[in-house]
Amino acid sequence: MTGETAVINVAARASLWLQPHRIVLILIALALVFCAAFFMRWDWLPQYWEMGLLGIWRALWILVVTCALGFLLAVPLGLAQAGGPSWFAVPAKVFCTIIRGTPLLLQLWLLYYGLGSLFPQYPWIRESWMWPYLRQAWPYAVVALTLSFAGYEGEVMRGAFAGVPKGQLEAARAFGMSRFKIFRRIWLPQAFYRALPTLTGETVLQLKSTPLVATISVIDIFAVSSKVRQDTYLTYEPLLLLALIYMTITGILVLIFSRIEARIPVKIG
Amino acid sequence: MAPGWGGTLLVGFLHSIEIAIGATCLGLLIGTGGACGKLYGGPVARDLLAIYTTVVRAVPELVLILLLYYAGTDLINQVLAAMGYQRIDISGLAAGIFVLGVVQGAYSTEVIRGAILSIPQGQIEAARAYGMPPGLMLRRITLPAMLPFAIPGLANLWLIATKDTALLAVVGFFELTLATRQAAGVTKAYLLFFVAAGVLYLALTLFSNLIIGRVEAWSRRGMPSVKEAR
Repeated sequence: MTGETAVINVAARASLWLQPHRIVLILIALALVFCAAFFMRWDWLPQYWEMGLLGIWRALWILVVTCALGFLLAVPLGLAQAGGPSWFAVPAKVFCTIIRGTPLLLQLWLLYYGLGSLFPQYPWIRESWMWPYLRQAWPYAVVALTLSFAGYEGEVMRGAFAGVPKGQLEAARAFGMSRFKIFRRIWLPQAFYRALPTLTGETVLQLKSTPLVATISVIDIFAVSSKVRQDTYLTYEPLLLLALIYMTITGILVLIFSRIEARIPVKIG
Repeated sequence: MAPGWGGTLLVGFLHSIEIAIGATCLGLLIGTGGACGKLYGGPVARDLLAIYTTVVRAVPELVLILLLYYAGTDLINQVLAAMGYQRIDISGLAAGIFVLGVVQGAYSTEVIRGAILSIPQGQIEAARAYGMPPGLMLRRITLPAMLPFAIPGLANLWLIATKDTALLAVVGFFELTLATRQAAGVTKAYLLFFVAAGVLYLALTLFSNLIIGRVEAWSRRGMPSVKEAR
């Protein structure tokens, strides 16, 4: 039975791609790719591919770390706005509004140039253990991207926390669960499942924000492509390859998240 | 603070707003056309539009801005050269509007497509039954009826457009973020200027939210109020 449906699925998928106009479009796309491969200059690739791989690794590393830290920060932000006392909810709301109301590039430059120019004025900071880190660019990049992700995701989590049916929480309380246990076993998991579909979009958006860190001299893949463009005076080749790399990473991210979403056992409604 | 830098910031702010408005208008045009093409177009148009929206939404805006900026100016100059005219310098304003407009177009295509799909089918069928030509139907039925569904998404896009103008600073267009960086670099008062620019952006966002609320209420006039799904 399952084998039969699988065969039908494969056949349906194949016929989806084998419509006449699609075949023509695919051929045109292949022709374009071949033109790009043969008539554009790619001789710089062997010299830069190691640097490129390192750049991709840095971009992914920043993406994963900032998404994880940002989500950890977004949970209390969302919780505060959904059901916290006002002295906690109002600052959370203000934080989310400010982060969502100003460009990320400005936040990044504010932290790097603004705070970065402030720190050296204080001798005790220069003598502390933090100074070797504060002199580099990547901590500012991580902090700015984390705060940005937390601001956007905090708003999503607020909606998710508020959307958990009241009856669920009341039932948990009727069972005599402690407040923390209600949060851990009932409220957070259900809110997380609700937020998961938007989490995909937010993560892709975050990936698309990572090239901004190149403007504060973190060498990610975008910075590598800028260096190639400066060194070789080529305009299009590095940018096209860069676009292709980002598209591939986006595709992989969407695939991973759809796998995770498919594993959620029940529909929450 | 040296006198005059506040004025510089305001000029940059005006440029940002100009670009955001231009890009949103261009994006709306592309989006309306793209949504109609995706819904009612032939198979080739549909596939091409699907590629356009997917690619634009999968590649970082910064990369797209660089690509479109160089490709667009190159293309125009080559066309001009082929027609025997002299090369021209494309103004930063036009290039910025074009680049952000193409990006916005992909997102608004999806928003408007979704909005058109959520119009009750009977309204469009009734319009067809009256024998309305497609253009008139678009103007009188489809666009007004989809507006309440589209406005939240489009408002979001407008807010994104205002913030995406900051990315043009990377290609050297003089807007608020670049103006701020220049002012801060000269005066060394980094924190002051960056916070000031942040306040300007935030004011624009909050003001927009105010207007958007009014527009949304207006577009929903005559509709039964739907309680927020909780």
